[in-house]
Parts: sequence; structure tokens; C-alpha cells
Amino acid sequence: MAQHQVNYASSAGLPIALTSVDKLVNWGRSNSLWPLTYGLACCAIEMMASGASRYDFDRMGTIFRASPRQADVMILAGTLSKKHAEFARRLYDQMTEPKWVISMGSCANTGGMFNTYATVQGVDRIIPVDIYLPGCAPRPETLQYAMMMLQKKIRKESADMKKNTKQDLTNQTGKRARLI
Amino acid sequence: MRKYVPKNNVQGKAYYTDRFWVSPRVPRTEVKDAHFSNVIDALGDLAKEHYVEIGQLVVHIDAATNFEVMTILKEVCGYKQCSEQSAVDYLAKDGNFELFWQLLNYDEAKRVRVVTRLEQGMAIESIVPLFKSANFAEREMFDMFGIKVNNHPFLKRILMPDDWEGHPLLKTYPLFGDEKASWYEVDKIFGKEYRDIIGPENRDPGKVDIEDTKRFARIGYEVPFGTEYSEEEQEIEYSETALVNYNKKASKTLDERK
Repeated sequence: MAQHQVNYASSAGLPIALTSVDKLVNWGRSNSLWPLTYGLACCAIEMMASGASRYDFDRMGTIFRASPRQADVMILAGTLSKKHAEFARRLYDQMTEPKWVISMGSCANTGGMFNTYATVQGVDRIIPVDIYLPGCAPRPETLQYAMMMLQKKIRKESADMKKNTKQDLTNQTGKRARLI
Repeated sequence: MRKYVPKNNVQGKAYYTDRFWVSPRVPRTEVKDAHFSNVIDALGDLAKEHYVEIGQLVVHIDAATNFEVMTILKEVCGYKQCSEQSAVDYLAKDGNFELFWQLLNYDEAKRVRVVTRLEQGMAIESIVPLFKSANFAEREMFDMFGIKVNNHPFLKRILMPDDWEGHPLLKTYPLFGDEKASWYEVDKIFGKEYRDIIGPENRDPGKVDIEDTKRFARIGYEVPFGTEYSEEEQEIEYSETALVNYNKKASKTLDERK
């Protein structure tokens, strides 16, 4: 955090650390990421294991919260069915800013093996995603790594959330996708 | 010579079929078991056809008599549990549905399958007064096939959302869903005007879009992340390692002789 180490001897022994507002705010944000307890399918088992004593998310300042009002990370762990998409979006909307989303596992990323009428083909169709975590199901270490990557991402962001652009994967040209 | 068959869609559909393939059938035997004979006697004329398949009695009945048959099987023959109830779509083949009920007798350790045929658009009588387990099974049958059930206490969709269109287990229903199904979550959350912004579903796991510079990079035509796609060719530079110089022409020229 401290960008400029102050020589205490020369500055009358004052414990001063200089930094920027962005860095200070992001230091706070990134080190207490509270995800929502929101399991959709088998990935949720790995997510629960990550939170439990063996893998221990608490030591990273990551504490699962049972209410979207208190959470700032949404881990979409599992297959999102079309019937449930509405409620997943509602939970996302209920979370207070700043908020981030991790799409955990193949099903959440692309629909995975459920290439059917009843499954949302990638949660990024309804919710902007920050981290895509591959795997079927990803191991708890992988989820921890995703959380660390999210922390890394947050540390690079601006403290003003309006300046941070959310995921936008629509084509730059706006043209229909061309296949090769 | 073998007949030519177009192979441009070989992954989509099978282009080779065995003409001599005969699908194996489950052997059917006459009813010899004493208990099953009693069941047939109790049903009397209600049982149109009956045989034993893998130690299990199969009884064909009229669709209109299903409640009567179930009552006899439960009250007289001791079949206290309805473990399974659903339908099979034979609309293309025979123009009707096959409905079946799977019943279990604890005391005799015997199972009976009651089978009937139901025309499309016709309704079946509910057996919920006899078997409580039929409640959800009949709702699922209504959800998946659109078969209505008379006198059901609460007949509504059970798996699909209430505002879903179509019945997914019908053979005419596409696997990836019809148009309404493919836009369901977008329409519901954002509204129809967002269809253009969000775009259609990607149902092809191997799809590569060369104009999408956020997801894909094209070797030889690289552009920075998120910028516009360009046809301008970029020269490929190879690294020079301690062992091999990839920039040097590797091929040997045989003409150079000393």
C-alpha cells in the first residue's frame, strides 16, 4: 500500500504512509470480499468446501454472507436454468455497489454440457461477469485462485465505480458475428 | 458401387444405417403366476391384453376405465404404491400417446404395469384419490406432454416456468428449444428490445468469430484487445533461442557442394 516509505527519523518520527485514494479504497475492497452463499449445482459443493475449514476462505477475508444486501461478490456456482435466471438477476440487482461476479464452472460459463432448451447458455447473457473460472467442477484451490485474480483485478480498478467499465462482449463493429 | 450420399452434414445426422438391424424385443410370456392370474381374474373384461415381461405383469386397458382399474388393483389385489406414472409420445408413429402406471404390491413383492393409449387432446382421469404420489407425476405429465388430467387437485406446470410455451418431451419439440424458449430469459429480464444487444445464443461450442477481438486472436492478423478487426497482415516474429534460430531458413540446399 505504502508507495512512498517515509523516513521516520527525518520526519520527526511521525508514522506517516502516503498513498492514493484509489489504492487505499481498493486495498479495503479487495481484502474483504464477501461472496453470496448462492449454489446452483454441483459446483456449489466445491464452493462450500472452499469456505470450510480445510481450504478456509476466511483467512483471505472472504466470508460467505447469506444476504445479497451484505455481499459484494456473486459466485454463480453451477447450471443456471432458464426458469431460475430471473431470480439470479434479481439477487444480483439486490447487491449493493461495488459488486463483482465470478462465473464458476463450465455450466455457468457457456452452458457446458447442457446444450438444451432449459439452460442459460452462459450467465454472461444476463449478468456481467468479471472472472470466468473453467472446470467441471473446479477444485477449491481453483476457486481460491479465481478469488485472488479478482482481488488483483480490483486493485487495478478506480475507486470511482462509474469509471470502471463492466464486461461488454458485444462486437466492436456491432455487426453480426462472422464465422470461419 | 456404393450409392453416393452427401456428407456435408455428417456430424449432424447419421449417414450410415444398418438395413438389416432388428431391434431386440423383451420376451413376453403367458401369465402363469398364481398371483398374476388372480389379478387378471379380478380385472375381468377391463384387461384387454395381458402378458408377463421380465417377471412383471403388463395389462392393457381402455383409457376411460383407468380409475376403475386402479381401484380394483389397490382395493382387491393389494397394489398399495404407484411408483411411476408418465406417458410416451407415439404421435408420429400411431397418432396417440401411451400412458403407463407402475404399481407395486409390498406383500407379494410383485409389480404391475398398466398401459393405455390416449388420443391427442383427450384427458385422462386423475388417480390422486387413490395414490397420493400420482399428484406430482400427473403434473409432470401435463408439463412435459400437455396431457390434461380430469379432477386433479392442482394441475399446473411443475418443472418448466408457468409462462413457458410448448411441452418439451414431445418428439416434435426441438432439443435447443423453439424461438420463444431460446429468448426466454432475455425477454423476461430485459425485455424484447434487448434481443439485438445481447444477441442469439451460441449453441455451437466450436464457434470462432474472427471479428470478435475480445474473445479471439487471429495469428498473423493480431490487433490490440477490443479494437477493430483488421485484414492487415502482421509479420510473425520468431524468437531466437540458444539452440535453434527459428528465423533462419531451416531447409538444406543440396546444390551447395564443395
